[in-house]
Amino acid sequence: MVVSVLLALLMGALVFLAAGANPFKAYAVMGLGAFGSLYDVSEVLVKAIPLIFCGLSVALSAKILLWNIGGEGQLAVGGIGAAAVALFLSPHLPPALTLPVMILAGFLAGGLWASIPGVLKAKMGVNEILTSLLLNYVAIFWLEHLYFGPWRDPMGMGFPGTAIFPESAWLPRFFQTRVHLGLILCVLLALVLQWVFSRTQWGYEMRVIGENPKAARLARINLTRYTLAVMFVSGGLAGLAGMAETSGIHYRLQQGLVVGYGYIGIIVAWLSRLHPIGVLFVAFFLASFLVGGDQLQAVMHLPSSVGLVLEGTLLFFILGSDFLSKYRLRVIFKCQAPHLK
Amino acid sequence: MKGITKRFPGVLANDRIDLEIQPGKVHALLGENGAGKTTLMNILSGRYRPDDGEILVDHQRVRFHSPKDALQVGIGMVHQHFMLIPNQTVAENITLGMESPRFILRREKIEQDVERLSKAHGLSIDPRAYIYDLSLGQQQRVEILKLLYRNVEVLILDEPTAVLTPSEIEELSKTLKDLARSGKTILFITHKLEEVMEIADEITILRKGRVIAQTKTEEVESRRELARLMVGREVVLRVEKEPVIPGTTVLELRDCSGYGDRGHQAFQHITFAVRRGEILSIVGVAGNGQTELVEAIMGLRPLSSGQIILFGKPLQESTSLNMGEVGYIPEDRLGMGSIPSLTLVDNLILTSYPSFHRRGVFQREAAARKTEALLSRFHVVAPGIHATARQLSGGNLQKLILARELSKNPRLLIAEQPTHGLDIGATEEVWLELLKQRETAGILLVSGDLREVLSLSDRVGVIFRGRLMDILSVEDEDWISDIGPMMAGVKQERTR
Repeated sequence: MVVSVLLALLMGALVFLAAGANPFKAYAVMGLGAFGSLYDVSEVLVKAIPLIFCGLSVALSAKILLWNIGGEGQLAVGGIGAAAVALFLSPHLPPALTLPVMILAGFLAGGLWASIPGVLKAKMGVNEILTSLLLNYVAIFWLEHLYFGPWRDPMGMGFPGTAIFPESAWLPRFFQTRVHLGLILCVLLALVLQWVFSRTQWGYEMRVIGENPKAARLARINLTRYTLAVMFVSGGLAGLAGMAETSGIHYRLQQGLVVGYGYIGIIVAWLSRLHPIGVLFVAFFLASFLVGGDQLQAVMHLPSSVGLVLEGTLLFFILGSDFLSKYRLRVIFKCQAPHLK
Repeated sequence: MKGITKRFPGVLANDRIDLEIQPGKVHALLGENGAGKTTLMNILSGRYRPDDGEILVDHQRVRFHSPKDALQVGIGMVHQHFMLIPNQTVAENITLGMESPRFILRREKIEQDVERLSKAHGLSIDPRAYIYDLSLGQQQRVEILKLLYRNVEVLILDEPTAVLTPSEIEELSKTLKDLARSGKTILFITHKLEEVMEIADEITILRKGRVIAQTKTEEVESRRELARLMVGREVVLRVEKEPVIPGTTVLELRDCSGYGDRGHQAFQHITFAVRRGEILSIVGVAGNGQTELVEAIMGLRPLSSGQIILFGKPLQESTSLNMGEVGYIPEDRLGMGSIPSLTLVDNLILTSYPSFHRRGVFQREAAARKTEALLSRFHVVAPGIHATARQLSGGNLQKLILARELSKNPRLLIAEQPTHGLDIGATEEVWLELLKQRETAGILLVSGDLREVLSLSDRVGVIFRGRLMDILSVEDEDWISDIGPMMAGVKQERTR
């Protein structure tokens, strides 16, 4: 594991070299950017929040061998759901209820969106990888349609985006940073999921399905029901990422809501080997790449996507080492074997 | 082979084994499960590398890095699970992987080659037939031809008779003897004593990774002596069967038919009933519809027609049957019967897990206690209750599944090949458990092992190509002699 991280960083160094930058300096800038000050660390936490939600979403579905790679779209739809409540329902709600209803709406919206591939998979065996992925584009177009069109702020002076939410629809922030209540929510959810996985009948049934679907049939575990339920909840978790982003960071629907957290969530889930607690740490680690990557752009004029390249390399090496760790590599020299007469 | 030692995590599979094999002889490697026979042969055929020791071929030291190296010096192995490609022809399978100078497959030439080879060794087979159309006995012939095509001098066969009918076994033993006469060396792994006495010239007995004895077959005094050497204690090769008065009918099938995975009619017009207190056996060679039939009874496969009546009530496809009352020991232990990557606790609660959860929360201590108790009651040798099922040997895994299913005190027990691949000691234990269970349950035993069927059953039915040929009592002696031919599809006309 450690070796593969080092190898990934080494590969990253080559990437920096190719981009014409000094790799040592680049890593220093990234490290400083992510951990140089308490504020930088808080920014890492801010980015970790959606990654945790999306990571948990993928980890849950992968537990029963479903590949929900539609986190990006479910995040967008979750944001739409939360925004709908904030924009249109909040005047009719007591302020204390606005946030809970938004959370519920974000979860439901993401869950229902993910249930499209869920139902198709459960009832007709349609490959969920394709459907969940393709629905991402649909969801993103919907989102853009809404803030460019019907939901655009009439007072926004042509700026694409909805009106700012009323304050009752803002997730509280802590200590003058952008870290918001979503952090506590996602950490709690990770703990709950960990408990469900390891200590409950649901967890047991999911383990059996994931490790041996044939044995699950023998044990009369209802695979259809699990496919439906897990896709719904998985989508809901990604939907919460969208809710947290709109209600904790942007306070409106606008460009910049959908920036790839759904996809990075897949990496988070796999690097944590589907352990919810692991998701917390991996998400934080990868978020530091994102924040550090932004600094590369500002300080060294490198594209910030270098951070993404590094994450991809990391995934590659860790999955590779996962495979190799099951075997022992030995260099062997051939010797001539005599032929039997 | 000199001083061969091989360790696996936690096990010493081969402990300084010396083995000398004479050319032109049939050499049997006899031993219980986990004695290290297969490991040793995998080393000889280049699949594993020994941790210590050396292999000498014609007094020259050789080192194999892969089965290919072993083939180079003329050593090849037929594995217990055949390694053939079902949707290719016999000729294609045999020549696969042989370096050919041209890019284009010269189909006719290889077919002629294969035909010539099969005639030369008296192993008749159609080179143009597809593997999936062949019986297991024929597939085995293809595996042997594959080795002969590669000019192998030493043929290793791992439990070659496990899947064969009695008549196929006879044929195989003739083939092996012929091959030995023509100068080839045969090494075969088995735990069946009859075969050893029948086929082998020389015998090596392994126990717990060590060579216990090496002898010529004609010098063996008795089978009993062999069994004692192999198991390390006195074994009775017969079980006492107390008569039990049959009770109510627990399972009844009325004219049931169903399809297999490939859409073929797997079984048809099956009618029988199992009562409490009896063991009804369905005997047949693997692949004649037994598996599909059992899956249909277990509700894992729909019927195309007919009716299944369980405990007096018709079984609907949609209603899941109550796992608490039906014990099921599937043939496919790793694929269906267990979850190799999960712990023994998780595996032991597989078919009764709801009772180990209170309001959805797992009762860890109760499950652990139950696991400990069952492991010791059924003599399962395991590194601990949190070891994974994969770490168990075949025999111990089977005992684990047996423990799980029997501890439910089922009213109906369906056991599929319950002792397949088990050694004598473990077989005996399984048999005794089944007979004990008979007092409280009806048992449907599906087996390909005639000896097992005759030792345990009260009534026997023969299944061939999905049809049940007759069900009769084991006390009918004429009938018993007919069973062998019937397994091969020959139905004797008899007057009753």
